[in-house]
Amino acid sequence: MKSKTLVCSAVLSAALAHGAPAQAADAIRIGVLNDQSGVFADNGGMGSVIAARLAVEDFGKTTVLGQPIEVISADHQNKADIASATARRWIDTEGVDLIADGAASSAGLAIQEVVRDRGQIFVVSGPASSDFTGKFCAPNSFHFNYDTYALAKITGKAVTEASGKDWYFIGADYAFGHALARDTTAFIEEAGGRVVGSVFHPLGTNDFSSYLLQAQASGAKIVGLATSGADAQTAIKQSAEFGIVESGQTLAGLLIFITDVHALGLDAAQGLQIASSFYWDHSDTTRAWAKRFMAASGGKPPSMVQAGVYSGVLHYLRALEAAGTDNPKAVAAKMHEMPVNDMYNKDIPIRADGRVLNDMHLYQVKAPAQSRYPFDYYTLISTTPGEQAFRPLAQSACPLVTKP
Amino acid sequence: MLDLLGVPPQALFGQLLLGLINGSFYALLSLGLAVIFGMLNVINMAHGALYMVGAFVAWLLLTKFGLGYWWALGLAPLAVGALGLVLERGLLRHLYSVDHLYGLLLTFGLALMIEGGFRHVYGVSGQAYPIPDLLRGGTNLGFMVLPSYRGWVVVFALAVCFGTWFAIERTRLGSRLRAATENPALVQAFGIDVPRMVSLTYGFGVALAGLAGVLAAPIYQVSPMMGTNLIIVVFAVVVIGGMGSILGAILTGIGLGLLEGLTKVFYPEASNIVVFVIMAVVLLLKPAGLFGRER
Repeated sequence: MKSKTLVCSAVLSAALAHGAPAQAADAIRIGVLNDQSGVFADNGGMGSVIAARLAVEDFGKTTVLGQPIEVISADHQNKADIASATARRWIDTEGVDLIADGAASSAGLAIQEVVRDRGQIFVVSGPASSDFTGKFCAPNSFHFNYDTYALAKITGKAVTEASGKDWYFIGADYAFGHALARDTTAFIEEAGGRVVGSVFHPLGTNDFSSYLLQAQASGAKIVGLATSGADAQTAIKQSAEFGIVESGQTLAGLLIFITDVHALGLDAAQGLQIASSFYWDHSDTTRAWAKRFMAASGGKPPSMVQAGVYSGVLHYLRALEAAGTDNPKAVAAKMHEMPVNDMYNKDIPIRADGRVLNDMHLYQVKAPAQSRYPFDYYTLISTTPGEQAFRPLAQSACPLVTKP
Repeated sequence: MLDLLGVPPQALFGQLLLGLINGSFYALLSLGLAVIFGMLNVINMAHGALYMVGAFVAWLLLTKFGLGYWWALGLAPLAVGALGLVLERGLLRHLYSVDHLYGLLLTFGLALMIEGGFRHVYGVSGQAYPIPDLLRGGTNLGFMVLPSYRGWVVVFALAVCFGTWFAIERTRLGSRLRAATENPALVQAFGIDVPRMVSLTYGFGVALAGLAGVLAAPIYQVSPMMGTNLIIVVFAVVVIGGMGSILGAILTGIGLGLLEGLTKVFYPEASNIVVFVIMAVVLLLKPAGLFGRER
């Protein structure tokens, strides 16, 4: 009986200790809030925490403004209610100064609402929805890396020009999937193409065969996958079974991460075109950084989401030091003012709507024979500067933007 | 008439066939659950985790030992069955005398631990498992391409389901099992080793889950989460069919697969809840399930 009680209390205290102990705000606390157990746990998850720690390391000091820097993390399981409750608790009682990552767009938008309400700072890296800097923009939120608009523009345009005009969408039935399908549709139509139909599946679908069959029956030239993570993998894997590509249709994955390519294997993923702002093997500086990351992650290469967390946290710390105060409004103003500089960004500006204008690259997945070392997966096709990749301010629905 | 519903007959046939494929999957998984509940009165929440273990054993056999799909089809269920025996002998056995809920809690805890362990080691992205060479490609049926592998899954799963039903309902061993469920003390008095029979039944039930895992490996990503997604639907199948009813589990599994396939044509967004709507309706009208009997 005694041992049972012991186990129970151990479990209970472990559960209670999940967040950081509530202390006074005498430290700069960086909270990584993302999915650590679900579909995005590999491309964000604990890897984002490693990335945040590397950013603190590269900041070069363990204290800033006389306060120690701490990195904490929590799992929101991609649930909006858990995400907003955790963000609120962190800000209100645990003195968290910066929230980073966000994972699924739906959960990320919930964090953004809390952050807007409390006037705190949010580095958005995992979520893709372009609404973070569009109609739901917040003054102290910064969207790093990518969004559905840029993915749509880079991949949508490239694929429509190369492979054909008629599209059919298989999308994820939540904020991200709908935003991606909507944004891509605009570019397809701009390039003279059209969308003949679409179907939306619930997050975490095991079987895509019926959606694939509908896509096949539609007669569209291109099947666009407006979905990500495990769902995108399953869809790509199962499309091979139904001979989607053999029957003359092209598969376009609109958001594929390196973790997905690794899980699918090059055999299944070869030839896919992938838009990304970061690839570990892009340059000498990214390679050097990836090497340090992989030493901490047990050999898993960093994803774009994790690189974005690094970039955002480092930028925040530099702005904090430059501002000379931890007042979020002053720090956010500095973040807007200073260009982003790190291992993969050079003098990247941040716009009034919170959009970080990263370069966007288009990569193609290598064939198995072309891959020479572990995780040697992509070939660079083209690079689009941020000013052209992201939604122009003139089209922005963000109320913070004063339109020309 | 079919055109009136806004769906061309070709698409409809295609979806029905897919429904049959998924249905046979549900049937195989819910069969294991039904066998275990019928014989042990244990609600085996670890079923999804053991299904995942089956898929991982197949993947490990391939990547670590170079043993392909056909080996896995035999070895993985044995491995999962053996694991099941250990769990039954070591843990479950001690809970038969107390309320059902304890068995449920124990197996649920086991599922969390097994899945957490695999997630820790392998991450959530999943591992690729190729379709065996013999079953690659597909046949064009005119209204859809039937992948050979899925055709094989239907045939094989239905054969296993029928075999199990036959063994339990129509053989001497099966009648002893059923008798032991009704009155263990009396059957024991006849000199039959009831505890061993119960252990073997649990082992067999989870071996079915392991087998389903191997069948699933080439279709889905082999990932620690694969069981979590499926197990809830499978439980709904068992509840609708009637807890413990073997035939009920098989027929309901196939029926619900078909229904889910149809939903994906007419209103895809509802495809993951249609099973639960049916469950609610069935529980309201016939609390023991379609094929169950009141105890």
